[in-house]
Amino acid sequence: MKRYNAWNLLWQGLTGHRGWEPAWRSPAPKPRYDVIIIGGGGHGLACAYYLAKVHGITNVAVLERGWLGGGNTGRNTTIVRSNYYYPQSAALYDFSLRLFEGLSKELNYNVMFSQRGVMNVLHTRHDMEAGQRWVGAMNLNGIDAFMLTTEQVKQRIPLLNTAKDARYPVLGGFVQPRGGTARHDAVAWGYARAASALGVDVLQNCEVTGFKRSTEGRVIGVETNLGTIGADKVGMAVAGHSTVIAKLAGFRLPVSSYALQAFVSEPLKPVMDTVMTSFATGMYFSQSDKGGLVIGGGLDHYLSYAQRGNTPLLRHVIGAVADQLPSLGRVHLLRHWAGIVDVVHDSSPILGETPMPGLYINCGWGTGGFKGIPVGGWMLAHHIATGRAHDIAAPFALSRFSSGALIDEAAASGIAH
Amino acid sequence: MLLLHCPWCGPRDEPEFVCGGQSHMVRPEPWHAVDEATWGHYLFTRDNPKGVHLERWHHAHGCRQWFNVARHTVTHEILAIYRMDEPVPNAVAGARA
Amino acid sequence: MSAGRLYSGGRIDREQPLAFSFDGRDYIGYAGDTLASALLANDVRVVGRSFKYHRPRGLLAAGVEEPNALMQVGEGAASEANLRATEVELYAGLTARAVNCWPSARFDVGAVLRPLERFLTAGFYYKTFMWPDWHLFERYIRKAAGLGRPSTEADTSRYETRYAHCDVLIVGSGPAGLAAAVAAAADGQRVILCEQDPQLGGRLRWDPCVVNGQSLDGATAAAWIDAQVAALAAAGDAIVATRTTAVGYFDHNAVTLVERVTDHLGPQAPAHLPRQRLWQVRAGKVVLASGAIERPLVFPGNDRPGVMLATAVRRYLHEFAVRAGERLVVFTNNDDAYATAHAFQAAGGAVVAVIDSRAAPTATVLQAARAAGFAVVTGAVVCGTSGRPVLSSLRVRDAAGNTTFFNCDVLAMSGGHSPTVHLFSQSGGRLVWDDTRLQFRPGDSVQAEVSIGDAASVDTPVAALWNVEGRGKAFVDFQHDVSATDIALAARESFRSVEHLKRYTTLGMAPDQGKTSNVNALVRMGELTGRMPGDVGTTRYRFPFTPVSVGAIGGRQRGELFRPLRRMPLHDWHATHGAVLEEYGGWMRPAYYLQPGEHPHAAEQREALAVRTAAGLFDGSPLGKIEVSGPDAAVFLDRFYANTVSTLAIGRLRYGLMLNELGVIIDDGVVARLADDRFLVATTTGGAARIAGLMEEWLQCEWTTFRVLVAPLTTSIAVITLTGPKARSLLQTVGVDFPVGATEFPHMSFREGHVGGIPALVCRVSFTGEVSYEINVANSAVRGLWERFMAVGAADGLMPVGIEAWMLLRTEKGYLHIGADTDGTTAPQDIGWGHVLKREVDFIGRRSLTRTANLATDRYQLVGLEPVDGAELRPGRHLRGDAVTSGSEGYITSGIYSAALGRWVGMAMVRGGYARSGEVLNGVSGSSTFKARIAPLCSYDPAGDRLRG
Repeated sequence: MKRYNAWNLLWQGLTGHRGWEPAWRSPAPKPRYDVIIIGGGGHGLACAYYLAKVHGITNVAVLERGWLGGGNTGRNTTIVRSNYYYPQSAALYDFSLRLFEGLSKELNYNVMFSQRGVMNVLHTRHDMEAGQRWVGAMNLNGIDAFMLTTEQVKQRIPLLNTAKDARYPVLGGFVQPRGGTARHDAVAWGYARAASALGVDVLQNCEVTGFKRSTEGRVIGVETNLGTIGADKVGMAVAGHSTVIAKLAGFRLPVSSYALQAFVSEPLKPVMDTVMTSFATGMYFSQSDKGGLVIGGGLDHYLSYAQRGNTPLLRHVIGAVADQLPSLGRVHLLRHWAGIVDVVHDSSPILGETPMPGLYINCGWGTGGFKGIPVGGWMLAHHIATGRAHDIAAPFALSRFSSGALIDEAAASGIAH
Repeated sequence: MLLLHCPWCGPRDEPEFVCGGQSHMVRPEPWHAVDEATWGHYLFTRDNPKGVHLERWHHAHGCRQWFNVARHTVTHEILAIYRMDEPVPNAVAGARA
Repeated sequence: MSAGRLYSGGRIDREQPLAFSFDGRDYIGYAGDTLASALLANDVRVVGRSFKYHRPRGLLAAGVEEPNALMQVGEGAASEANLRATEVELYAGLTARAVNCWPSARFDVGAVLRPLERFLTAGFYYKTFMWPDWHLFERYIRKAAGLGRPSTEADTSRYETRYAHCDVLIVGSGPAGLAAAVAAAADGQRVILCEQDPQLGGRLRWDPCVVNGQSLDGATAAAWIDAQVAALAAAGDAIVATRTTAVGYFDHNAVTLVERVTDHLGPQAPAHLPRQRLWQVRAGKVVLASGAIERPLVFPGNDRPGVMLATAVRRYLHEFAVRAGERLVVFTNNDDAYATAHAFQAAGGAVVAVIDSRAAPTATVLQAARAAGFAVVTGAVVCGTSGRPVLSSLRVRDAAGNTTFFNCDVLAMSGGHSPTVHLFSQSGGRLVWDDTRLQFRPGDSVQAEVSIGDAASVDTPVAALWNVEGRGKAFVDFQHDVSATDIALAARESFRSVEHLKRYTTLGMAPDQGKTSNVNALVRMGELTGRMPGDVGTTRYRFPFTPVSVGAIGGRQRGELFRPLRRMPLHDWHATHGAVLEEYGGWMRPAYYLQPGEHPHAAEQREALAVRTAAGLFDGSPLGKIEVSGPDAAVFLDRFYANTVSTLAIGRLRYGLMLNELGVIIDDGVVARLADDRFLVATTTGGAARIAGLMEEWLQCEWTTFRVLVAPLTTSIAVITLTGPKARSLLQTVGVDFPVGATEFPHMSFREGHVGGIPALVCRVSFTGEVSYEINVANSAVRGLWERFMAVGAADGLMPVGIEAWMLLRTEKGYLHIGADTDGTTAPQDIGWGHVLKREVDFIGRRSLTRTANLATDRYQLVGLEPVDGAELRPGRHLRGDAVTSGSEGYITSGIYSAALGRWVGMAMVRGGYARSGEVLNGVSGSSTFKARIAPLCSYDPAGDRLRG
């Protein structure tokens, strides 16, 4: 793998950039692998990378139905944070955030992790109390976060309407300084490149159409449009398509697929340097390094695999922008997209074993999958390699839906995640 | 923006409605005879087809009646709309098979 | 050599000169000009700088596809960034600046970066800036990126929304769209025709077209357009919307249009009109007549100012009477561009040469060109340009490999046309590659839609020419500085799928959304990787077709029209009596009533003390009220509540909990049995609509045989609560027509009668721990009754009480406040309601209460809390026992200073709290700590003597 660094960039610049290698190999599938990962998004690629890097398992294939990172990895608002209430969630997401902090150097790929802080803006007394409770819990969980006054909020986002007579007056807020954004595509590409360099086969346009199982019912391979491929163990990380793959394996999952819309404005010179979420309207936004305001909101609340949203939610979210950031009225929206998110009741991921022996799962991240990519990959790799759940992943097992031991951040905070 | 034909009010825009999720759910009873796994499935496991889905919608900002909708989750095409007390139309049952 | 205005022709009004400025210099244009045409008429050839390299750029196009001329237009609150000069209609006093350059487009300091171009290839930033840290570089990158600036002042413009329905929506008023509209209208269809330009006619306005076998040009075209408009008007209800762009095609034939109502008037816009209007159109059928967009040719130096699209040169000539220069060279791979040469010559310009990449252009076209005296070079390509910075000469390479130089100041290029398929793609349709006509065109329709005219297919024969090799950068995406070598780099580095190409090189992701670049790029990618263009794929086009303002999408949804606030019948009284009104659950309610000079905290304490020592009056009107009636009402409520309702006697009240199927408490309140088959159910304020809705859902979807009627009454009944030791005597003073003695009207019962002569339903139920009367009256009567109480009670110390004191009073009593003391995980067992587990009958959530997790002993359980050493028990503070060093074991759910007790009172959710009575916990408040003891929930009058008195 040719290293990426300033020197090589300089040299290649002088020699016409003809020496750059493919970021990943595109081999033909082998008949058999030790491990197959279904889903070439961030989670699947990260899993393959950590299998190879941490556990030394390199006879691995990642099967992607379309193009790498083409699912939710490439259709989100790129926010990374670990400002969670429950210790289990905090441990999980902070593990991820810590991996993000070293990711560019780890992968030798600049994923542009920008720790500009993630700020929640509070509008009522009840919000403030909930914020206090949340910040207190985070601090006890070892997460950096603190409350902000109205003035401190205004300082971070001068565009925000903090007038007392605003529809949503700003009583304060809280911030996790280590939170921020990363370049979403780069995360997928960086993992793919690094995994490929360690020997992982990254197979695009390879769709899984069925499972091969032993007489005992254990998975021994998958059927694909490129033929049958054998495997000792299989991991799946297919987000919104989890129930579709589970159906091929003969089980159901407590997962529903919804469209989550997001929007980006035309590029503007820097107007804000943090990530903002409004408690009251659910609108969140940040400004990308390219200058576009990246805006998100809630779900279109009916099942969808369409990767596009509809106007009522679009108008609600953008209405919130117009109301809360009144000087942005003449800014132009450039593009809109939707990811198909895998929503479970408690909005926490499902990690670990499935009803099919040998098949491991990573799904249920819902609207928060991007920030979970490193930890999601790590935990899936750990379980596949060691046969046991990592301590951090154990509470997120599928069995919690029978026992009722949910990890429901939204329920705890009264805030949608 | 979806266009839904409320059985009582006629065609109306999406913002008037709320989707209530999967229809034709059977509540396991009596409660003391339902095991934990069955109850867990009832609470959390829903059909999530990439295809035709039977779901119930509520005309929340209208007549406040619930009704059933057969809708394709990829194209969002509406195949049928029928009242709560009506069975799944044959054509829809065929499309799901 | 210069570009300039012709003495005649065009659709501008030479009688109306308009002064405007660009980059600080003043110019004159005419009514009918766009900013772009006016700039070109003034020989302003450099109109912008590119995103990454700050290369000087001129106008490429004349329409919506323009990638280079991005402007910051207007001043102050009206300043708008990133407008395409080709779409900005000129008005008097318009001020414009090119974005992303300083001090001007012509002399841009940012151009110092140009020597670095060779290093700043596609995706260079993924390969560097990692050491020591990205943050070190990010701020500079961010400053360099971005185009215009948003205004720092609030946008005060008005935006409207219009809903419209029609049988046929026609997008585009070119020859095809106009003819279709007239035909549909004649057929009796309700028609909406939308056109993004200020005038109808589309290409007919600047190009000869054949319509229904009739060749139209100039005056004949104008006459034809007028005739169609007249025919449409005659049809009656056809709606014709100009300056209206169809930007989105959503489900079920919902199309979103944006009408720019007054943008073309600038500051002179009349106040009664909105700036922009968003149309939400539901159409029976959609006809896409959106025409086609010309493709640039990709050759070295193709971004030099003076290199333009061939159709654009024609359009500036015919529509605006602007000749883009003096000496023209045409570079083409098709017949269409020859028309530009002829038009340029007719307008007095010199046609230096026509460079046709085809060895054998169409004979008739070639003949006509030679007859006009053009030097036609066939089988040749332009392989370089020069000029500082405007084009002055170019290099042509013929089939034999010989190069010639031509001096010229305009190069009109045409790489063929691409149907404008954006809306078709948004509708869900797939594009197909036509390998004969070399274009992506609409495949099968998936909605009720049809593409016609050029939007369906452009028939001009065209020869493949996707890339010309040579020295220098050949641009594909002008706005984002993506060159042919970037595409080659992407191909080499694995970014071969169209989406990877796009994301890696940022191709097509600029404000022009790749209108001129997408097809060139992905065909080139196909060539480089040995695939057909259709196999490389197209990205799905997405809303919006052209960028849309936040204001237009939001419409009137700002301030209270974004999410309306609810006001109580007594709102005006509160507002004029010192109340500080704040939003609680969507209602504007008094937090407290401030007396002159009083601190809010003092007000809250004063009001609470009044209730403890005299009496208070509280406006509880938003309290949820639902009448549930019918033969099965009692059975239904038995299932709806976690506790039994059917045993309640008529005239009595009972407190109850409602759960969801997860066994989580979702609401509470008091239910009154009005009759055997009639109940009045009270809910929390926040739960009012939700609970009524849930009742309907269960009745309509699950227990469909129950004969029950649910009637939400919340907003038709006002509630005032009279509470305190003097409440009874005040009630009697105001006058009540039933006995109110402690035994005659006991706690947890209600009476129907009159209070102060007003019909009322009075519930004796208390949230304060004092004798309380909740008086339900008609909205219309509440003000009079309230004022009478205040008048007669003043001498006794009666005070109006706000929410904050109300919360203090109930916290002293340890009464539950749903949503504060409970959250989305709280089960009845967690608040001391374990007894519901004894119920045999099924109710909502029943089965969940005995799941493994619900039976755990270390659940969060609600307990009282009392301070140790004067600690302050503020809500949200976390608690833990001595054995615990990390994490939280609980948190304060309610906590407030009690003047009545002279200390803080609190309630808390604590892990396994029931078994820890008396334990002293360590509280955490930021970096400091405090201690608090687990105590009974009720701190005030635990025996309840005052309550029942």
